[in-house]
Amino acid sequence: MAMEDKKILDELQKKFPGKILEVSEVFGDAVAVIEKDALSNIVKYLKNKPHEYSMLLDLTCVDYPERAERFEMVYHLFSFTQNRRLRIKARLPEKQPAIDSLTSLWSNANWLEREVYDMFGVHFHGHPDLRRIFMYDSFEGFPLRKDYPLRKRQPLIPLRK
Amino acid sequence: MLLNMGPSHPAMHGTIRIMLELDGERILNSEVEVGYLHRGFEKICENRTYFNLLPYTDRLNYVSPLINNLAYVMTIEKMLGIQVPERAQYIRVIMSELSRISDHLTCLAAMAMECGAFTVFLYKMKAREFIWDVIEYTTGVRMTTSYIRIGGVRADLYPSYRESLQKAIAETRKVLKDVHGLLDKNKIFLNRTRDVAVISQEGALSYGWTGPCLRSTGFYYDVRKAHPYLVYDRLNFEVPLGERGDNFDRYVVRMKEMEQSLRIIEQAIEKIPASSAPIMAEGIEPTQAIQASRTKKVQKPIRLSPNLEGSEKEVYKDILANDNRYIVSPKEDTYTSIEGLINHFQFFMRGHGIRPPQGEVYFSVEGGNGELGFYIVSDGTDRPYRLHLRAPCFHIVSALEYLIKGRYVADVIPTFGSMNMIGGELDR
Repeated sequence: MAMEDKKILDELQKKFPGKILEVSEVFGDAVAVIEKDALSNIVKYLKNKPHEYSMLLDLTCVDYPERAERFEMVYHLFSFTQNRRLRIKARLPEKQPAIDSLTSLWSNANWLEREVYDMFGVHFHGHPDLRRIFMYDSFEGFPLRKDYPLRKRQPLIPLRK
Repeated sequence: MLLNMGPSHPAMHGTIRIMLELDGERILNSEVEVGYLHRGFEKICENRTYFNLLPYTDRLNYVSPLINNLAYVMTIEKMLGIQVPERAQYIRVIMSELSRISDHLTCLAAMAMECGAFTVFLYKMKAREFIWDVIEYTTGVRMTTSYIRIGGVRADLYPSYRESLQKAIAETRKVLKDVHGLLDKNKIFLNRTRDVAVISQEGALSYGWTGPCLRSTGFYYDVRKAHPYLVYDRLNFEVPLGERGDNFDRYVVRMKEMEQSLRIIEQAIEKIPASSAPIMAEGIEPTQAIQASRTKKVQKPIRLSPNLEGSEKEVYKDILANDNRYIVSPKEDTYTSIEGLINHFQFFMRGHGIRPPQGEVYFSVEGGNGELGFYIVSDGTDRPYRLHLRAPCFHIVSALEYLIKGRYVADVIPTFGSMNMIGGELDR
């Protein structure tokens, strides 16, 4: 692991004891798995000086139906001053998956979280406008969950015969 | 008054709907509705093998499909740790810069046309044709290329590529000069773009803007400079910056970026290592070769069908990584030798083929719109467990509501045009 990544991850572990569940390096990228309740505090700390992870590059979710904590939120942060990325992951249970919204920190979190809500059914506390973004409102189910069949069709208006 | 713009409107280049709440001509509030082009790209990819899902990436940003190919392929290469031959890397650079120019040309052409400058539109389409000629000669198609493959590229450059590239560069330069003359001091264009839809650096960062739109605010960030990939660190180019972050700056930055892209292509033509193989192998007919292979191994070169031109066995070492686990074996081998046939089957058989190690990876390149990233989770099988695309224009369009608030209805059109919204990439 690169020295700087290790330093940041070590610092996080010191600063938030018990909240950082795992740290690792996968294909050269630094990863920290965190306790879901600590998300906004940790991210707020990273966003400010000295680290300045000032951009939310990406926000998405992965579904692992066989795990006890089924959903894994994945956040990619980017620091311009250090020119490095950091991946933060938080695991959510299958029943009522919910996590804090980051809309107060980054504006693009608004649409990104709506997308995750649309595709996975994850709720975000404090999101101002949590609606579906790609699918229509009466759509049933969450298409990117692994148990949603690939070929299932739900046309909004009946298909022409 | 409530006014509905789109989803299918002549001035909206893409299916997107904007609900406007108006007071006279002034926009009090708006709501952008996306998703009309949602095709379930990510879900489809989870059910396709790593090799087979490449054509789906063409259909994301359909104006610069080669950059999408590149982003996807390099993400997989990062997982597999493949070294790509130098010639292939230069070809990739040339192709992605050509795509960037065509992307910018299309965006600005549409933007100018919607402001009434139809001549500019025609000029730019003309320049784009020269660029697409090169792309067509190289890849075989104009838009859905699937040209950049895991381990390299599909085919070598064609013999006269230098001349046609130089012609495309000269024509594009001429068009850029004309367009500068037509628009830079044009009062109508300036009135509709100067100081319209201004975004600050902080605002742009908060919305996750990247690419020319972020640079128009004066913020220096380019993936090609920040995390150099391919051979970009060996080429000289500048990253143009804007000052105010308005529509006009987004236009200027794109114009200047095209000039830099032309520079990159010129340098790449000079530096590209020569191909070591004869370009079109003279050889026996494929049917004769198959016939002969039934009794003993064919030693003579075999001529391939014209649509496989450039991917003969002899050029493989220049354009593809030397590892038959990750590349399709040459057609000559597949049809005339048992080893080639086995390799071919191993590559395409269900459950075999490209199987990256377990883990997840994020990799990004500088696309036409900004940072184009792929996040891929592999579970060790031949299909991705999860594939997520960081679409640059998703982040950019999410700021549209903010940018047009308090402006006039007419400002929506150039603002929307300067963002370069691409439906395929936005809605996935």
